[in-house]
Amino acid sequence: MARHKIEVKRGSVMKTLGKLLKYMFHYYRWQLILVICCIAVTAVAGISSSIFLEILTDDVITPGLEQGFEAVKGTLYTIIGIMAGIYVFALICSFTYNRMMAVITQGFLKHVREDMFNNMEKLPIRYFDTNTHGDIMSYYTNDVDALRQLISQSIPQTVFSSVAIITLMISMLKSSVYMTLVVLFGVAFMLLVTKLVGGKSAKYFVKQQNSVGTTEGYVEEMLTGQKVIKVFCHEEAAKRDFDKVNDELFVNTDKANKYGNILMPTIGNIGHVLFVLVAIVGGLLMLEGVPNVSLTGLGDALTIGAVVAFLNMSRQFTLNIGQVSMQVNSVVMAIAGAERIFGFLDQKPETDEGYVTLVNAVIDDDGKILRESPTRTGRWAWRHPHKADGSVTYQELKGDIQLVDVDFGYVPDKIVLHDVSLYAKPGQKIAFVGATGAGKTTITNLINRFYDIADGKIRYDGININKIRKSDLRRSLGMVLQDTNLFTGTIMDNIRYGKLDASDDECVAAAKLANAHDFITRLPDGYNTMLTGDGSNLSQGQKQLLSIARAAVANPPVLILDEATSSIDTRTEYLVQKGMDALMQGRTVFVIAHRLSTIQNSDAIMVLDHGRIIERGNHEQLIAQKGVYYQLYTGAFELE
Amino acid sequence: MLKTLAKSIRQYKRESILSPVLVTLEVLLECMIPLYMSTMLKDITDEPTMSNILIYGAILLVMAAFSLLFGILAGKYAATASAGFARNLRHDIYYKIQDFSFANIDKFSTSSLVTRMTTDVTNIQMAYMMIVRVAFRSPVMMIVSLAMTYSINWQMGVIFTILVPILGAGLFIIFKKVDPIFNKVFKKYDALNESVQENIKGIRVVKSYVREDYEIDKFDKAAENVRADFTRGEKIIALNNPLMQFCMWTAITMICFVGSMIVMQSAEEALNRSDLMILIVYAAQTLSSLTMLSMIMVMISIAKTSADRVVEVLKEESTLTDPENPVYEVPNGDVEFDGVDFKYSEKADRRALKEIDLKVKSGQTIGILGGTGSSKTSLVNLIPRLYDVSKGSVKVGGIDVRDYDIEALRNQVAVVLQKNVLFSGTIKENLRWGNPDATDEELVRVCKLAQADEFIQGFPDKYDTYIEQGGSNVSGGQKQRLCIARALLKKPKILILDDSTSAVDTKTDALIRKAFREEIPDTTKFIIAQRVSSVEDADQIVIMDNGTIAAVGTHDELLAHNKIYQEVYYSQNKVGATAQTLIEQRKEDGNGKA
Repeated sequence: MARHKIEVKRGSVMKTLGKLLKYMFHYYRWQLILVICCIAVTAVAGISSSIFLEILTDDVITPGLEQGFEAVKGTLYTIIGIMAGIYVFALICSFTYNRMMAVITQGFLKHVREDMFNNMEKLPIRYFDTNTHGDIMSYYTNDVDALRQLISQSIPQTVFSSVAIITLMISMLKSSVYMTLVVLFGVAFMLLVTKLVGGKSAKYFVKQQNSVGTTEGYVEEMLTGQKVIKVFCHEEAAKRDFDKVNDELFVNTDKANKYGNILMPTIGNIGHVLFVLVAIVGGLLMLEGVPNVSLTGLGDALTIGAVVAFLNMSRQFTLNIGQVSMQVNSVVMAIAGAERIFGFLDQKPETDEGYVTLVNAVIDDDGKILRESPTRTGRWAWRHPHKADGSVTYQELKGDIQLVDVDFGYVPDKIVLHDVSLYAKPGQKIAFVGATGAGKTTITNLINRFYDIADGKIRYDGININKIRKSDLRRSLGMVLQDTNLFTGTIMDNIRYGKLDASDDECVAAAKLANAHDFITRLPDGYNTMLTGDGSNLSQGQKQLLSIARAAVANPPVLILDEATSSIDTRTEYLVQKGMDALMQGRTVFVIAHRLSTIQNSDAIMVLDHGRIIERGNHEQLIAQKGVYYQLYTGAFELE
Repeated sequence: MLKTLAKSIRQYKRESILSPVLVTLEVLLECMIPLYMSTMLKDITDEPTMSNILIYGAILLVMAAFSLLFGILAGKYAATASAGFARNLRHDIYYKIQDFSFANIDKFSTSSLVTRMTTDVTNIQMAYMMIVRVAFRSPVMMIVSLAMTYSINWQMGVIFTILVPILGAGLFIIFKKVDPIFNKVFKKYDALNESVQENIKGIRVVKSYVREDYEIDKFDKAAENVRADFTRGEKIIALNNPLMQFCMWTAITMICFVGSMIVMQSAEEALNRSDLMILIVYAAQTLSSLTMLSMIMVMISIAKTSADRVVEVLKEESTLTDPENPVYEVPNGDVEFDGVDFKYSEKADRRALKEIDLKVKSGQTIGILGGTGSSKTSLVNLIPRLYDVSKGSVKVGGIDVRDYDIEALRNQVAVVLQKNVLFSGTIKENLRWGNPDATDEELVRVCKLAQADEFIQGFPDKYDTYIEQGGSNVSGGQKQRLCIARALLKKPKILILDDSTSAVDTKTDALIRKAFREEIPDTTKFIIAQRVSSVEDADQIVIMDNGTIAAVGTHDELLAHNKIYQEVYYSQNKVGATAQTLIEQRKEDGNGKA
């Protein structure tokens, strides 16, 4: 489960950022506008102290020192009153935007998660077969986390600092263009350093993330095989190999953090140097009596008060530049994450052009369909609307499946099934036998349209399955797979998954049929036993019994068993088999089984080899034929 | 807990100490620079000459240079200290796991151990870096700034002294309120991610039962639940900023108001104009360092949960220990179970094995049959002392397994585990796990014994074929035979195959057993199997049922008298008998019916 490699493509940063903002505005347009206004107010209030101080010095203190306190008392109170008023207002704004951001961040993340999950559930099986589970998972964990960081911290901080920077920039320009140029020169230098140091840090940060992935993969592989390590007394070698991986991770982490840590003091001290430079230039301008150039036009030479005020502004200016540059790392990470999330959201969902639907039907003894029923009748029919004349015809669901000359490949130029034809009459049991990769599972993937065929036809009760709505097609097919996949919840919940409105009695009956009832009742909490982590508290055999019970409660007319009993011991399997045979009376069953004993009583056995059916017939016929099946049966060939 | 963790700092002690020292120096300079700047501004206001500016500027540059130097070094050491600490922690956890016994391994799931070694260690690392860099920085900065303030004007100092505890208490209350909320919500968040994982793994089940909308509905509810709880916590956290700003702005207003009155009333004696600016800077420094401290508190709180989980592994003691004077020589392959009871944990009610008595002579082949959960694996796991018995004793070569040096014992008792694993690497590398010094000829010899040589020769790269992680590029039967070969390479006195030929065809299975009989006749062989044909020709067949030995005997004896054996035998329809006899038999059955 190696983690996805992280990379950020140049040029796509702004595009992704724009997309992200659009996505956010889609959900929170007015709130975000209000937040930005509030941040702006707070930011301006934050830098206003130097302005107040300048006014205070000029209008209160200087005259006060000359004329005495009483003379300026009124002005002082007014100014302080205005200050307090502005601060109170800014405080309200700050309170508003901070709280709103909390709500927006979490709400937006919820939308992102839901959008991802909604889209994921509708993706074709192909997507899950071609992407590792670890990669898909990391959209939900790492990438969403990076996004949270961006939204809750980096974006507000950047807006905050940008407002401050713009405001300061204007005030500086109003004060002196020459000195502003010096500041801008210094800022350019700061940005250069940020790019250099920050770029290095980002580079090693990416390396570090990839090292973490490698370490995780290595540790996972070794710990999965920990018992083998113990049995072979291989601990020392395992330690040596681990040390190598661990040291690499250390080196990259060390470097990433070093550059990250260096950035702050470097920017801060460039700020100090800049302060000195501005002081020198300001002093020169003042002493030489150079006419001042400002936004408001030409003026007299700078006064000392103006220089001091400017120095204060430049200090705050560089502080804010520093603040923005500190966000670089998390922005880079978050953009990479956002890019991956968008890529995931852009995946095309499964398409479905089917229009034939499955309905409950009332059917008389002669098999004639009387009418559609809104409630469960135990009988089903295909509802087939005809576009041409608007009429609707019904056809009973029987479970007759035909494959005619089917070709299929998972990738277009590599065909894995060639000319497969087979006919399963309702109630028949059809078995597939063949080596791993012969195409057994592929055939079942085609019947329920996990994948679509390239050529040929698949008919279900005579209807081309492309015309059947996918959900209805799948509802009519029960699947029991080798990988059991249970869900967090009680055992009862897991059985009921097959039919959500099943009563407890129905579930217990299904469990009895699958021979799972015995072991369930022996558990301390019986049917209420909580399953966690894909049923890690059960044995693989027990999980298979549960997944059979789950299929049994769904009671579908066609059942596909793909190595469904592979982990059940032969004695229990025999009992399950008997139960299944009772259940499957009158239904069509497709069986893939490793143990030939489980399929001997099939109506037809298909022997597959490299995507072709090379032998077909029942057990006796195939034995008599003395072909591949005969060799498999006598143990001359190895299965799998 | 801290003591256990601190042991992992080791060679990074120097960096861990140097970094805060340098940070302290940096902070001192950082606090002096604004004061110095203000002095500079005042002096050049009073005496605006170029030389004055240049002298002040030069000194300021020197201070900035030192501040930069200290800052860079402190950052560098902090990075190394924390990355090194994390490296040692991972090292210690991994080494600890290597010392785990099977019982220890059972206690922790693989994924939880992986999380502990990655996410948890990273959390600790970040907290450690924060502690090294900021835990000293903030208090020093606060104290120095306060002291500076007092040195400028005591009334101003008093204002700060009142505001600091207000902010401190506010931040602390917020932290206390939020901490339990987050502790809870993180568990829900984990559960949410767990459900995503379930859906990814079980997508075929979801789709074949057409439960997409049901799952989406379930997920949306859980996501909403997580959102609501997170929002509740974040809303409280959102008070942090306004609270800080409230204190900051109160300080500024007070400085402006009280400050300018003092300036005017004392005619710039007690306080002068340019000091006001510097006081604001100190206010910012004092209060922001408090905020930093509260951030550390949050980080430590997150890291604490992680630290608990890491310490749990570090403190786990192996349940198996070597005896004081261990026996290093295993004399022969005799095995004896004497009144053995076995439980997987002391607290468990259920005995996995009950009153087992069994004697096996060196060189014998023992077949073991039984249903799922009948404790076949538990029985054989006691022989190489993967677990210790709860009662009675297991003897190998006449000596209690607890008296052997564990490694010496396991080198003579080779187990091919049921859940077997090949590692990414070439076939040769995988085989040499059995014996690192084995020659290529030896590898070929054991592979021939395990009937693996033929298919290996069929690969383009033969013995250098690369095995993917988990052996995903070889078939189940091939994997099993490679695992058997790997075990044979140890030249063990006892060989245990735990359902190790289930994916191998019956003919090859028979060839493997034939090779065992002929090539390693002195090795005691235990074979657990589902297939009767795999144990038919054993010297003794042990029938396990619910943790007890139900019967012991040869194939003929058991077939004649044992009901379980008969059932298993007939349920398998005699797979492995020749087809001819079967067909004839069926014909006879058919004739009989007719």
